[in-house]
Amino acid sequence: MNISKGFSLFYGSKTLEHKIDEFLDRISEAGLIYRKALSVYMDNGASDDFVVHAEQVGYIESRADELRREIETGLYEQNLIPDLRGDVLSLVEDLDAILNAYDGSGYRFSIEQPVFPATLHVDMGALVESVTNSVEQITIASRTFFRDFNSCREYIHKVRFYESEADRITTKIKRAIFSSDLPLANKMHLCSFVDMIDNLADMAEDITDKLAIYVIKRDN
Amino acid sequence: MGITGLVFLSSGLFLGWSLGANDAANIFGTAVSTRMVRFKTAAIVCSIFIALGAVISGVGAAHTLGSLGTVSAIAGSFTTALAAAFTVYSMIKCGLPVSVSQAVVGSIIGWNLFTDSVTDVNSVVKIASTWAACPLLSAIVAASIYMALNKTVRSAKVHLLRRDYCTRVAMILTGAFGAYSLGANNMANVVGVFVPVAPFVDFNFGSFSFSAIQQLFFVGSIATAIGVFTYSHKVMGTVGKGLMPLSPFAAWVVVVAQSLVLFMFASEGLEYFLASHHMPTIPLVPVSSTQAVVGAIIGIGLCKGAAKNIKWIVVGRIVCGWIITPIIAATICFFALFFMQNVFSQKVYTPKFYDLSEKVIQKISDSEKIPFHQLILLKGEKYNSGNEFIKAAKERVGKIDSAKQQRILNLAEKINVFIDLEKANKLDQNILTPEKIEHVKQLAGLKFSYRWELQDALVKISPDWSYKSESVLNKKYNKELSIQLKEVENLFSVCENKR
Repeated sequence: MNISKGFSLFYGSKTLEHKIDEFLDRISEAGLIYRKALSVYMDNGASDDFVVHAEQVGYIESRADELRREIETGLYEQNLIPDLRGDVLSLVEDLDAILNAYDGSGYRFSIEQPVFPATLHVDMGALVESVTNSVEQITIASRTFFRDFNSCREYIHKVRFYESEADRITTKIKRAIFSSDLPLANKMHLCSFVDMIDNLADMAEDITDKLAIYVIKRDN
Repeated sequence: MGITGLVFLSSGLFLGWSLGANDAANIFGTAVSTRMVRFKTAAIVCSIFIALGAVISGVGAAHTLGSLGTVSAIAGSFTTALAAAFTVYSMIKCGLPVSVSQAVVGSIIGWNLFTDSVTDVNSVVKIASTWAACPLLSAIVAASIYMALNKTVRSAKVHLLRRDYCTRVAMILTGAFGAYSLGANNMANVVGVFVPVAPFVDFNFGSFSFSAIQQLFFVGSIATAIGVFTYSHKVMGTVGKGLMPLSPFAAWVVVVAQSLVLFMFASEGLEYFLASHHMPTIPLVPVSSTQAVVGAIIGIGLCKGAAKNIKWIVVGRIVCGWIITPIIAATICFFALFFMQNVFSQKVYTPKFYDLSEKVIQKISDSEKIPFHQLILLKGEKYNSGNEFIKAAKERVGKIDSAKQQRILNLAEKINVFIDLEKANKLDQNILTPEKIEHVKQLAGLKFSYRWELQDALVKISPDWSYKSESVLNKKYNKELSIQLKEVENLFSVCENKR
């Protein structure tokens, strides 16, 4: 390895470090905007404000996609962390899938415009909060995975907590929907949206399971 | 010497090749297997630093002669090196990391058996003790480093990518250091003995000079580099992955532990430095890089509580490989010497004569504190085999330990040295000071039949020629003096009496 290659490797790994941090920032940011978007939707339906927020999530998703590609290419081109490269790529792709799900969810709301009874708004708000919290915790867990994997375990535990909370609220909302007087088609429609939101927490939990394994591997 | 020289040199180059294929794998095996360093990068760094070590620092060691230097005829050296190289090659073919130096010592034992010379039991003990002591020491050092550094690295919370970069750089630097040491310490063992037959001449290129020895060592390094590129990959796999899966950090610790063990427990320089600064010295223990690497990996495995992850079957195969290496080398060497001598009519050894005149007996009695009346029964006897002489001596004196045997053989060995003033200018000034060359010149016209006679005559001229008492601080001095005396003896030996 000559000196210039050594420097380029150092520069490359530093750049990649920033890109991974930025990627995780985007996920965190998307979660906050998603939460805000659904709050607006519950209050005012598919208003211009909601559309702006949904588009913001879409924009973040596009940027995150670019970052993901750059991270993947960088890891392979510079032959970085060969022992963990596969795991890191898988982690980045899984996190990107959450972003895609945020984006898809926003578009579905703007296209299908489901009408939730006002009695469900509080629970819907709680569900979105639990879901976005679980995604936020997986983002923090991923960030610590790169620096301090002992702390990573603590965040993994928190993700699991928020996911079960989301499951509990989902069940509560579904019960409320099916015990209402709405036509069955509407009930099914609303339930599919509730499942779609809850699925985000499930995705976060799936990532924690993998992350826990990566931590054990790295620990060795 | 021309073509003959090249033919003889070929086995040295083969041994150099096996050094590259085997020992380079020890240095970079874990780094390559964890994919932290590409094989190509490792091979290039390794080749460059082995060559630098050999040409810059290794040439000095050539004067001490390598292990093969004990073999007294060039065809014998050729065969001994060939047997050692072939043994290492066979072991590498099985993917087993072995010790090149132990293969060489095994071959020399084969040469001793063939020539009916007395085998220094210490060499055998040295090999056997290395099998146990070296991996144990290395395991302890590796486990200690791993525990201490792992804690530090974790608390530093460095980003994975930055840590990866630092580990990579550290691996390359440590590997380069290891390769440099390998070239500096081992090239003399591999090609040092072929210095007299190498078809090279000194040449100067302005202020840059490239001596014949440097050229020979450089050619040896090229052979080693070819070994690295062509065959080290397989052994790297066994060292790096075969024993236990390693994290990059653990892989680096293995390389550091190996270098440290070699430095601390095999460095005469460090021992001298500590002793000269009135510090307690670390006892020198025979160590081998191969055994150090295997010990370090096992040490880290046990330290992490991952004993079940260690592939003990592979460990068992490697240990069996260590044990059978000297045995195979000795056997191959014995039969190869037979063919060399009887089929190719080559002189594979210079016979030694032991003439027990009264003055020799008196000398042995005085220096070894053996009662004169016990030895006098040997008076007038002549032997052309060291073993026969020692056997006869034991019958008269009783048990004689290995070190004493070697000293007695040295005292009784007949030499024929005639100090010719014309030849005196050829004395190597790198070995002898101008004053000492003057001392030798003062003996012009004298003949010496025994090594000690020559030394006694020189001591009479100057006390600088007498050995100092055995101690850590005097070890270096005594070793240098022994080389100086050997240089004088070799230069002034009269040919017909060397037979």
